[in-house]
Amino acid sequence: MRPGLKFLYHIRLGSVHMYTQALDSCGTEPPSVAPAGEAERERQFQERIDRDEKIEPKDWMPDAYRQTLIRQIAQHAHSEIIGMLPEGNWITRAPSLRRKAVLIAKVQDEGGHGMYLYSAAETLGVSRGELMAQLLAGRAKYSSIFNYPTLTWADIGAIGWLVDGAAIMNQIPLCRCSYGPYARAMVRICKEESFHQRQGYEIMLTLARSGTRAQREMAQDALDRWWWPSLMMFGPSDVESGHTAQSMRWRIKRFTNDELRQKFIDATVPQARFLGLSIPDPDLRWDEASQHYASGPIDWGEFQAVLKGEGPCNRERLAARRAAHESGRWVREAAAAYADKHSDHRTGTGPAPGYAQAS
Amino acid sequence: MNEDWALYEVFIRARSGLEHKHVGSLHAADARMALEHARDTYTRRQEGVSIWVVRSIDILASDPEEAGELFEPARDKVYRHPTFYSIPEEVKNI
Ligand SMILES: [Fe+2]
Ligand SMILES: [Fe+2]
Repeated sequence: MRPGLKFLYHIRLGSVHMYTQALDSCGTEPPSVAPAGEAERERQFQERIDRDEKIEPKDWMPDAYRQTLIRQIAQHAHSEIIGMLPEGNWITRAPSLRRKAVLIAKVQDEGGHGMYLYSAAETLGVSRGELMAQLLAGRAKYSSIFNYPTLTWADIGAIGWLVDGAAIMNQIPLCRCSYGPYARAMVRICKEESFHQRQGYEIMLTLARSGTRAQREMAQDALDRWWWPSLMMFGPSDVESGHTAQSMRWRIKRFTNDELRQKFIDATVPQARFLGLSIPDPDLRWDEASQHYASGPIDWGEFQAVLKGEGPCNRERLAARRAAHESGRWVREAAAAYADKHSDHRTGTGPAPGYAQAS
Repeated sequence: MNEDWALYEVFIRARSGLEHKHVGSLHAADARMALEHARDTYTRRQEGVSIWVVRSIDILASDPEEAGELFEPARDKVYRHPTFYSIPEEVKNI
């Protein structure tokens, strides 16, 4: 047998079961040796991270690293999917055909982002069905921001500008995350996000700079309602956040929540000024010493309440997601039945009729 | 709960003259649906002129734990590289 070819296996372990197997096989070592071996592997793993090497799906990784990534990527994927709902709410009422086409494209992108991320999470051994079931059962977290309602058209502008703007701040450093599939998904996502933010700001420009007085007020009202929830998107303050230190050691995170929040504030305040709108924070001021904006305290009570399910739209979002899942059931069943019926084409010697063979 | 359709890996040729490159994966009931989903998921901005999809389960991969043994034999064969050979400066075009 040629060296290195003893174990040919599938590129995807594809299920928790097979990962369990891989972990089991570590456990077959004599018990006295196993803990030391594990510690040594963990040390080597950390050295790879410190050298800025990427970790790929089949590489050995500590279970805690795997679980942290599954949790983070799944939450991120769920946020993209639930995030389609508040904006989808305005597709039929967009004020022009151009705005409507743009909004459809943006919402479709968010669906795509969810798909890239579920696909990255699956490389860690969790199945898509499991993740979807957790979301539908209300057991999964997603970004608190999507539990706020979109009351006026200006909210669509504010979401693109602020919510996608905050997402970009969060996501750019994730393009350098230590886990390869997550980093690659983030590169793809970041390329698409910039249009989201610009189209939102353009809506705000139209309302706030060339709009009527009522439209200006609508823009200001949207900023008033979305500003604080957008700042909460970066997560709890560094002193509160339990995961930050370990995630930074593993190079999943590159900046702390507070650092990213500050970057966002510094970038956004001048943009609000250009719109002629005011940020709803009486404590906001430029701090000459630190060369950053100083801002007022965040209401973390509200953040915790929304996370716990007490936001204005938590129930509505999950109900909409469940209804979509249920009303798509017959389509999935029909597709599966069709695939079954035609499976003899696929198991034959050639591709099904009408398919070009890869060459 | 776990009734996922088969997982497919997606490869895209960005433009003619380039090779197909792995871009990600998706679930589909059959190959045709996999192609259509790949179009919607991975080429919304003209990222490709051709798509391959292949069921993930049909791909075999080498084991990273064995990478040492697998690739080691190439390491001591530096004579496979042109820089291994020293040629006098006055000899040109070689
Ligand atoms: Fe997104
Ligand atoms: Fe976005």
